[in-house]
Amino acid sequence: MPKRLYAEALVGALRRALETDDRVHLMGQYFLGLTEHRELMVELREDYVERVYYPPIAEVGYVGAAIGAAMAGLRPIVDIATASFIFQAFPQVVNEAANVHYMSGGQTSVPMVFHFNQGIRGGGAAQHSHSPQAMLWNTPGLEIMAPSTPADVKGLVATAVQSNNPTAWVDHVRLFDTIGEVPDPDYAIPFGVADIKRSGTDVTIVASSFMVVRSLAAAETLAKQGIDVEVVDLRTLTPLDEDAVFTSVAKTGRLVVVDECHRRCGVAAEIAALVAENALGDLTAPIKRVTALDVPIPFSPPLEEFVEPTEAKIVEAVSEIAG
Amino acid sequence: MLPELGEDQLRELFQTMLVMRRFEEALITLAGEFDVGHFHVYIGQEATGAPALGLLEDGDFGFTTHRNHGHLLARGVDPARMMAEILGRETGTNQGKGGTLHLSSLEHGFPVTSAATGGCIPLATGAAFGFSKLGNRRVSVCLMGDGSLEEGAWHESVNIAALEKLPIIYLCENNSLEALGQRANEYPSSSMAASPLTGLAAVFGMPAVAIDGFDAGEVHDTMNIAIARARAGDGPTFIEARTVRWPGSRPLWPQLLTGELDLTIAWDETALPDEHVEWHRSQDGILRFTRELIEAGNLTPEQALEIDAGVKAQMKEAVQFALDSPYPPPEAALDHVYA
Ligand SMILES: Cc1ncc(C[n+]2csc(CCOP(=O)(O)OP(=O)(O)O)c2C)c(N)n1
Ligand SMILES: [Mg+2]
Repeated sequence: MPKRLYAEALVGALRRALETDDRVHLMGQYFLGLTEHRELMVELREDYVERVYYPPIAEVGYVGAAIGAAMAGLRPIVDIATASFIFQAFPQVVNEAANVHYMSGGQTSVPMVFHFNQGIRGGGAAQHSHSPQAMLWNTPGLEIMAPSTPADVKGLVATAVQSNNPTAWVDHVRLFDTIGEVPDPDYAIPFGVADIKRSGTDVTIVASSFMVVRSLAAAETLAKQGIDVEVVDLRTLTPLDEDAVFTSVAKTGRLVVVDECHRRCGVAAEIAALVAENALGDLTAPIKRVTALDVPIPFSPPLEEFVEPTEAKIVEAVSEIAG
Repeated sequence: MLPELGEDQLRELFQTMLVMRRFEEALITLAGEFDVGHFHVYIGQEATGAPALGLLEDGDFGFTTHRNHGHLLARGVDPARMMAEILGRETGTNQGKGGTLHLSSLEHGFPVTSAATGGCIPLATGAAFGFSKLGNRRVSVCLMGDGSLEEGAWHESVNIAALEKLPIIYLCENNSLEALGQRANEYPSSSMAASPLTGLAAVFGMPAVAIDGFDAGEVHDTMNIAIARARAGDGPTFIEARTVRWPGSRPLWPQLLTGELDLTIAWDETALPDEHVEWHRSQDGILRFTRELIEAGNLTPEQALEIDAGVKAQMKEAVQFALDSPYPPPEAALDHVYA
């Protein structure tokens, strides 16, 4: 199977979406952020000049326009670039897009995708490092995908574009450099199906997006210490594959949730609550959360590292409950 | 034209502009070695920021953007502490919390710097609201890029300022070229159908003028009138200072494409490089100001070089101070979340 960079798989997925469905339009063009890989977007933009829109610096305007265009028959994939800028668009994302289908009594739908690069990119400081997926997860009506591999981004984008719901595509610039096998033929990965990225018997790690990559690296270190970790990649938050989490926890009896959101009311908090509510009897140790600390993300490198969920912190948390 | 200032003040202004330029040049060089995140420099806009902000008094506020370095320097913030902040050091203006995007110095009238485009507009407007209620005759200056007019925050805020006759000056620095290498659009703005930009303020019934941002004199005199108006309680003014984007700020990361500023070009073109001739001849606001000062007899080439040598030495010290400064202890990340 051919190996591809995540960034290539992402651009390839956008290209397939444009090729296979005339209704797909891109609004915004910074999918690859400020990384060197952004050059990969150039050819795509040239090949689809009429279907790539360059918006003004007007997040609430163009993201809202994408929502309206979706109601009118397009299937926009709108790029918000740095995730922190989605706050500028929150009135339209949270209070409009997410409510449309419900509020209209099921008459109208919003088939569109919001892409953004979340999390700590290094030196982004407080206003360019947000992980807004927990806030979005608190919003019924939105689907949320958070791929972690080149193969998954291809398959999940295919599903997102054909979904009739507004879908947040939680992405991370630190994924773009990763490499993985990507099957050539078209395929779609259904939403709500988690993937066991590493199977193990001692401790379950549940993660999504870039935290899967970190967790897998931590699992290798832990393997050398004789701890066999299972890594469950949620892949989508809404819908959520709860069974995959419960099944893994039933097997290992121990759970560490790794998440780049802040700790309070983060993604990890919800996963921990679900397991506590439904599978407490399977647990042989307390649940651990490895998350960003509850402070804005600082600029200075040692401070940033202190705040973020690092590989070392994952190793430590797993070791503590491995027994 | 030269601002209506005495000779000492003119020379001070000249020195301030050089501090702004030499700081950014030193930073670009330093950024080759250290990861300072995505940063933006103020090169090419010194002739706007220096005279405009030089007119402010203690207690007046400025709210700037991602392109903030020059603005803080214009009000006398220590370049050494700014450089330390940009390198994430404990001695930095923000104790390492902010970095290049968020340089802040409350004692110099910069309460905080938002790097969200348009973020400064409601904040500056609100400060003016506060000053007006407190009746303290202070003014607030909103140092905004042309791109921030594309954000809805502009329209909401300017309406409040106009309705309430707030003591604010919206100083919009229109560096004209497209933001972040977006597909090029026409002057005056990156993706703005409204033209001229002053129309976006004039419709709210306030003075709205477009001026040459390379012309320190025009900036000084226009700003002077606007500040007096604000202090008198007569309400807001919008000033569009037009410059072009410095060639070195066109790539995503700044590069010294026009070389380090060579002041001798102001009086002797032997050092004029083959490239970017227009930049050196007619655009660089510092060279232009230097020519004007020399022509008017306020400065000799020798004096200019002497002042510059002093500024260069100061920047060298600033860099050394930053490099010698320690990083904050990691646990400092937990401080300052709540006041
Ligand atoms: C809300 C928000 N959207 C997008 C960005 C990304 N961004 C950073 S600088 C910039 C361009 C701003 O242009 P302008 O205001 O004219 O300032 P200039 O860089 O030209 O000085 C953009 C779009 C941002 N920082 N904040
Ligand atoms: Mg601009």
